[in-house]
Amino acid sequence: MENLIGLLVLVPLLGAAVLLCGGRRLDRIGPWLGTLLAAASFVIGVVLFAGLLGRSADDRTLRVTVFQWVPVGGFRADIGFQLDQLSMTFVLLITGVGSLIHLYSIGYMAHDARPRRFFGYLNLFLAAMLLLVTANNYLLLYAGWEGVGLASYLLIGFWQHKPSAATAAKKAFLVNRVGDMGLSIAIMLLFTTFGTFAFQPVLAGADRTGEGRLTAIALLLLLAACGKSAQVPLQSWLGDAMEGPTPVSALIHAATMVTAGVYLITRSGPLFEGAPDAQLAVVTVGAVTLLFGAIVGCAKDDIKKALAGSTMSQIGYMVLAAGLGPIGYVFGIMHLVTHGFFKAGLFLGAGSVMHGMNDEVDMRRYGGLRKYMPVTFITFGLGYLAIIGFPGLSGFFSKDKIIEAAFAKGGTEGWILGGAALLGAAITAYYMTRVMLLTFFGEERWRKPPSPQEPSAEPAAHTGELPHPHESPKVMTIPMVVLALGSVLAGGLFSVNDAFVKWLEPVTGHSEGHSPVSAAAVTGATLAVLVLGVALAWAQYGRAPVPVVPPRGSVLTRLARRDLGQDDFNHVVLVRGGGQLTRGLVEIDHKLVDGLVHGTAVSVGGLSGLLRRLQNGYARSYAVSMFGGAAVLIAATLLMRAV
Amino acid sequence: MSFPLLTATAAIPAVGAVATAAMPAARRSAAKWLALAFALATLGLAAAQLVRFDPGSGRAFQLTESHAWIADFGVRYQLGVDGIAVALIGLTAVLVPFVILAGWHDADVLEGAEPNRRWRPTQGFFALILLVEAMVVMAFEATDVFLFYLFFEAMLVPMYFLIGGFGDRAGQRPEQEAADRRSHAAVKFLLYNLAGGLIMLAAVIGLYAVTAGQLGHGTFSLTEIVQARAAGRLQLATTTERALFLGFFFAFAVKAPLWPLHTWLPGAMGESTAPVAVLITAVVDKVGTFAMLRFCLQLFPAASKWATPVIVVLALVSILYGALLAVAQRDIKRLIAYASISHFGFIILGVFAMTTQGQSGATLYMVNHGISTAALMLIAGFLISRRGSRLIADYGGVQKVAPVLAGTFLVAGLATLSLPGLAPFVSEFLVLVGTFSRYPVAGGIATLGIVLAALYVLVLYQRTMTGPLKEPVRAMPDLRVRELAVVAPLIALLLFLGVYPKPLTRIVNPAVEHTMSQVSRTDPRPDVPLTDAEVAK
Repeated sequence: MENLIGLLVLVPLLGAAVLLCGGRRLDRIGPWLGTLLAAASFVIGVVLFAGLLGRSADDRTLRVTVFQWVPVGGFRADIGFQLDQLSMTFVLLITGVGSLIHLYSIGYMAHDARPRRFFGYLNLFLAAMLLLVTANNYLLLYAGWEGVGLASYLLIGFWQHKPSAATAAKKAFLVNRVGDMGLSIAIMLLFTTFGTFAFQPVLAGADRTGEGRLTAIALLLLLAACGKSAQVPLQSWLGDAMEGPTPVSALIHAATMVTAGVYLITRSGPLFEGAPDAQLAVVTVGAVTLLFGAIVGCAKDDIKKALAGSTMSQIGYMVLAAGLGPIGYVFGIMHLVTHGFFKAGLFLGAGSVMHGMNDEVDMRRYGGLRKYMPVTFITFGLGYLAIIGFPGLSGFFSKDKIIEAAFAKGGTEGWILGGAALLGAAITAYYMTRVMLLTFFGEERWRKPPSPQEPSAEPAAHTGELPHPHESPKVMTIPMVVLALGSVLAGGLFSVNDAFVKWLEPVTGHSEGHSPVSAAAVTGATLAVLVLGVALAWAQYGRAPVPVVPPRGSVLTRLARRDLGQDDFNHVVLVRGGGQLTRGLVEIDHKLVDGLVHGTAVSVGGLSGLLRRLQNGYARSYAVSMFGGAAVLIAATLLMRAV
Repeated sequence: MSFPLLTATAAIPAVGAVATAAMPAARRSAAKWLALAFALATLGLAAAQLVRFDPGSGRAFQLTESHAWIADFGVRYQLGVDGIAVALIGLTAVLVPFVILAGWHDADVLEGAEPNRRWRPTQGFFALILLVEAMVVMAFEATDVFLFYLFFEAMLVPMYFLIGGFGDRAGQRPEQEAADRRSHAAVKFLLYNLAGGLIMLAAVIGLYAVTAGQLGHGTFSLTEIVQARAAGRLQLATTTERALFLGFFFAFAVKAPLWPLHTWLPGAMGESTAPVAVLITAVVDKVGTFAMLRFCLQLFPAASKWATPVIVVLALVSILYGALLAVAQRDIKRLIAYASISHFGFIILGVFAMTTQGQSGATLYMVNHGISTAALMLIAGFLISRRGSRLIADYGGVQKVAPVLAGTFLVAGLATLSLPGLAPFVSEFLVLVGTFSRYPVAGGIATLGIVLAALYVLVLYQRTMTGPLKEPVRAMPDLRVRELAVVAPLIALLLFLGVYPKPLTRIVNPAVEHTMSQVSRTDPRPDVPLTDAEVAK
């Protein structure tokens, strides 16, 4: 049983190796091979799940150490796995959604020149992500953590010939590396504190550790989580990451990889619980990001970027929940899973729309598509209802619980966090309704020929030809249907008898908290803001015709279009400032350091004549004679001493 | 008497050098194959060392050989290896065949250029490479300070000719100007290292004077001096020890190189051919960091501890400064040179952190940096030979026409930025954690290096390999079989040692523990050690 965990990681890793090194012969079967291996790891996941279910609730942890990875003195890092309910939940999500997206990609990437490489990268991603969630120590988790970063880099930049894609890929990796630095230092701090960084002993020893130390570790872990999960202040890469093929956005930048930060915080629960200040930082990051992402999502005309803003915002909810401690962990993870379904579904739907629209991403050039793409419309629509929290659908159950938990934190903090979460729900309803209306309803704006002054995120899409919207092939729609079913049913199923809470509780712990407002009041308020958001969007984008050229907009709109100024800040401070720093250092190195060393040599050794000689053609002979001189000197000294 | 394995490992490449040089002018191809054969034979002997070396024996030096040489003067021909030396001899022996194979055609241009030549460039090129290998191996094996010094200095001569005589013919400059720059770089290399060497010579003589005064007979034997100091028969006054330490350290810091003594490296690596650049940074420079561990720490433990704060700061400066300068480079090879300066900072940081993790990490770092930089530099060399330019701006979109070249370049780059799963990650993390446990602030600052490394590697990759295909590289061929034979094994090694570094840690750990006991330092204890119950769980 335990050995299956290693196989879980190994199968897609093997797929990646074969597909990437296999050469052109595999071009034709590559996509199917990749999909098959993803499905195989899903099957292994299900077998393991069945195995866990067969055990009693408090005995559902499998552990295995495969071999010692880095043994040096007191430092011991193992290649070892630990599969408990938390890991298992992730494994099923990753392999399940992953397999569906592999399948979808067969259709989506059918016309690409190098599908084999694409599927190789996808398999590599699965392997790294599975390693991340099944590792039994922080260093191995770190390996998976950077591994998914690499896969993300390769896939964002998959269309490398586009400079924008290559730049976006590099940006994603770099911003993530800043977060990774936090994780590195956190691991070092764990090692100096506990002498180990394996989960089990570290988490057991947390309650004997001083609060200051725990706060430092927890804040560093939060930095890591911010990078990977695109949380403020390290969120700037996610919007650009939409340069990657859409299945990548669905799998990596919506359903799985970007939720790794939530996993990290939840996994490290005992460290955070001993550090209230760090927890406060976590909930603050979550609350700020859930509003930040939602506001950005309102202003984007690029369908994928609007969804990216939404992803950021929804992960903000999860981070907020994780920062609440045992009141929130379970619901954070539950929202993570339901979000995995509906957001992956929404992205696949967006991909399906783009597929039928000559890769157009500007929603102002969509409109009225429900007639042409009925399956896409219905599945996307169900995902939409799920994310805004329509009663009975997945998002309703998970998001509502997080808002409740935020109020339950108590005190002024509880009111602020609960209020922010409610406000976020209103904005979510607004921007998602906007996406829905712009894409599937209203005038068929794609019939208008594009005007030259029109800004488009995708100039290459304008071939001059008008698109002929059509439904996507079955290989693409089937995964969309499955995900839509998940978006509808998952939340309800999880909530029957508190099944999900009971499943995760043994790992994460769970407490109810004392909410100052009743659950019914929260639900009522959530529904009220939902109606408000939808109505506002309807008034703006449903009743009135939508201009193809975006209006100038208010200051806030323009700022939101520019991701609230984050990139401008980065550009001025990091890119331009950094450029000046490095260029300045080149000058210093050339003139000052080199010159000083020379100067010292000249003044100390009286080598000035020699250096002048350097300028003329005798340098070589001089240097050799100098070496000869040294040799003579040595010999002479030796001889004198010997005599 | 048993077979003198250590002497043989150094002698075989030396014999190879002579044999290669002696090949007639017309037998150029045969000379190349001969050189390769001798390099492979050396690799076989290095492998034999690895097999015969017993990490569990408890002896500091193994496979020892000792003969009186200049008896009047206490100089002995004394060889021995510890795990650190075995690992580095292995690195050298692994890299040299690839250096030869990668440089297969590097001397060809000179053959045509001088019709009535008085020398044989091809024979000379490969003979010099083997000569460097022989001397480097000797330096790793010598346990007599004077013997070490001799080869430490002597290897400058073949290196000088390799840099100055066989420069990179990237072609964008007039040949005369290129020749001037080459010879300037070669002379700078020589002067810096000679200056370091001369200062060290003074310290070597000083050490002899001290031993002669206190022991009654002068000696250069590392083992004898260390034993005498442990037994209290040899006592160095604080000032004397510090002065001698500085003399040694200066020479090693020039060779390593450590900021601010690094300025010879970018020129030397930039102007020489890629295989020679690999020889400089991956092989010869390692003698410097190796000697810090073996000689500075073991001969002068108190002075080493005294100097540690300053050296740690200089190493930190090297890490950040080298990385920032790498970001700003426009020349591919100079970029790799500055990246190496950053990496040498990590190695020196690990050595002077004086923790098991730091020093084992530093030793692994020497090996892993050798392999990863060799891969990166050699692929860069293949790229440069196709386009005839070292400027990053002259490339773009290469992955479209040469996907294997681009892919392997990316893997080598990812190794350079220490991605987990590839060998350099293990060593870099060990150095960081080893430094952090003794100097948390320094460890934290050094970690900034991982962000900067990602920056210079990915910017280099993006500018050369991605984006629209530039016209001059449109017809660029992908890696050839010979080139793939160089690249593939190096990448396989990076992957293997990244996942399973135990073959290395197994032989290195005991040597590091020995060094740690020589400087009488122990690892810091964890602040919240686990209870027995927690360990048992």
